[in-house]
Amino acid sequence: MPLLEICQLKKSYATPDGGTLVVVDLPEFKLEAQTQVALSGESGSGKTTFLNLIAGILAPDSGSIKLNGLELAGLRESARDRVRATTIGYIFQTFNLLQGYTALENVLLGMSFGPGADREFAKSLLKRVGLDAKLNHLPRQLSTGQQQRVAVARALANRPKLVLADEPTGNLDHTNAGESLKLIREACRENGAALLLVSHDREVLAQFESVQELGKLNRAAK
Amino acid sequence: MTLPLIVAKSLRQHLLSTVVTAASIALAGGLLMAVWVVKTQSNDAFTKQNAGFDAVLGARSAKLQLVLNAIFHLEASPGNLPWTDYEDIAKNAAVALALPIAVGDNYRGYRLVGTTTNLFSVEHAPGRKYRVAEGEEFAAGYMEAVLGSFAARQLKLKVGDKFHPYHGLNFDEKQKHEELYVVTGILEPSNTPADRVIWIPLEGIQNMKGHDAKSAAEISAVLVKLKNPIAGRGLELMYNKQGNRLTFAWPIAQVVAELFGKIAWFDKVLELVAWLVAAVATGSVLASIYNSMNERRRDIAILRALGARAHTIFLAVVLECAAIAVLGMVAAFAVYLGITGVAAHIIRTETGVVLNAFAWHPILAWAPAAMIGLSALAGVIPAVKAYRTNVAENLVPVS
Ligand SMILES: Nc1ncnc2c1ncn2[C@@H]1O[C@H](COP(=O)(O)OP(=O)(O)O)[C@@H](O)[C@H]1O
Ligand SMILES: [Mg+2]
Repeated sequence: MPLLEICQLKKSYATPDGGTLVVVDLPEFKLEAQTQVALSGESGSGKTTFLNLIAGILAPDSGSIKLNGLELAGLRESARDRVRATTIGYIFQTFNLLQGYTALENVLLGMSFGPGADREFAKSLLKRVGLDAKLNHLPRQLSTGQQQRVAVARALANRPKLVLADEPTGNLDHTNAGESLKLIREACRENGAALLLVSHDREVLAQFESVQELGKLNRAAK
Repeated sequence: MTLPLIVAKSLRQHLLSTVVTAASIALAGGLLMAVWVVKTQSNDAFTKQNAGFDAVLGARSAKLQLVLNAIFHLEASPGNLPWTDYEDIAKNAAVALALPIAVGDNYRGYRLVGTTTNLFSVEHAPGRKYRVAEGEEFAAGYMEAVLGSFAARQLKLKVGDKFHPYHGLNFDEKQKHEELYVVTGILEPSNTPADRVIWIPLEGIQNMKGHDAKSAAEISAVLVKLKNPIAGRGLELMYNKQGNRLTFAWPIAQVVAELFGKIAWFDKVLELVAWLVAAVATGSVLASIYNSMNERRRDIAILRALGARAHTIFLAVVLECAAIAVLGMVAAFAVYLGITGVAAHIIRTETGVVLNAFAWHPILAWAPAAMIGLSALAGVIPAVKAYRTNVAENLVPVS
């Protein structure tokens, strides 16, 4: 059984002029456990929307999202929150660290809504991403590359089955981007998490053995 | 453990507004508690205060004026009565002790009250007499004075010091009497209005140079202690109903209670103001949290993306409002002690009645409970807004 199995997934938004814009119309998508897949797609092709649907942040209009054997489409919001807290890690282009919390606290928050806070594990994750000397630094006291590494540690904090990465290197310079991507891939592998990464950056996509084109999968993308 | 962390972080992140709103809660809560305690304590202290007497006999007047003048040493004397009236009531079988007093002079605003040495055998509280703590009692017929403890302290007079009295109940520098009085003693504090009085022999007031010659045989009032308080009913009937020349004010507590009844509307207004201030303060908690909701949206979206449920966020906002009120109410006790301290000092200076700012009163428990509860309730409004925060839209930075 695949970790993620998507079928006839549809999502549209209301447009300002009163119409609807179909953003995701995906007949089929599968992701096996502990594998790594990159999805390519131009800006506006629905990548973020797609990841938000999988994360349960957005509810689909119709279709099915089976994650780890559980159908998300029919779940109430709070149940989807619970699934996200326990099985999904999310890495954003803008990192989305909480500015008032230290690196360690950010990582602890990544686990506290799911399995519960585990300081030792949080510290070991920050050590893994090379930040064991910066545990008590606030995000603004860290470089962009370091902030992204905190975000990577946080995404793995709840021991997720699936890590979603939305253009994770988009805000980093060339060298940092390469290192960061390597770190994300290795860390996911070490922690037994599958990785679904979306990007429009060819260099990033070139690193993946398995790249699928969202433009081809998604009938809504032009 | 997560919820308290989120609340504490948020309080710190909005430190200025946390401090300002907590301060407004502190002021409002302190004011509310102070108004309540001063109101109930003064009501209580004044109605219990009788300086050791059951009744006052004086010229025909309002009972309240008689009591205020003779017991509290406030207001003007309603007029004099002949010495023979004192002799009559002193002989009455129901009367345990009658103390004649004469007023009309002051020293720097503190009243001189002429009386007999019987003063020193009056029990102002069970087992406690007006006792000279320093020096000795005045001797009848001499120009000697025994000062109440508060008057002595305020006037900085010691045993052996000499002073000229001034004519009238209010201090007027031009009205100096020639007589020179010597302080022979200072009373032990009694926490009664007697603490604010300069006690001298009755003849002193009566014969002060420049006083009406007629006043030599007159007194201002008679303070009466009954053998059995119930006996006051018979005397009241005799003086107030059958006679029309004198007034017998009895029981003192009831006369004072009538005064508080008359100013009850003032209490109500004060209470209302205190509650309004409290309501405004809790409203300010609502406003400050609500206004910061825009800055908080992104943090909320991030917490939600990490798996926090909408009602966890709701609870965090409500708890934050309650926490501001908790901080504020802790500080409110300092405000409370400040206000009651000042109020108690003023009341003591003006009336001699002593309030205790540290005495327990149930308002000290339920005002904090009410303020914290109301703030949490006010927090529901921004909490609903937080609950409804759109996660997907707020995860991407506004470009
Ligand atoms: N909340 C929304 N309301 C209306 N339209 C939206 C909303 N979010 C995204 N869209 C539109 O949906 C399309 C896909 O957006 P998105 O998923 O962010 O694409 P990508 O991540 O690939 O750039 C875009 O055309 C965008 O304008
Ligand atoms: Mg996007």
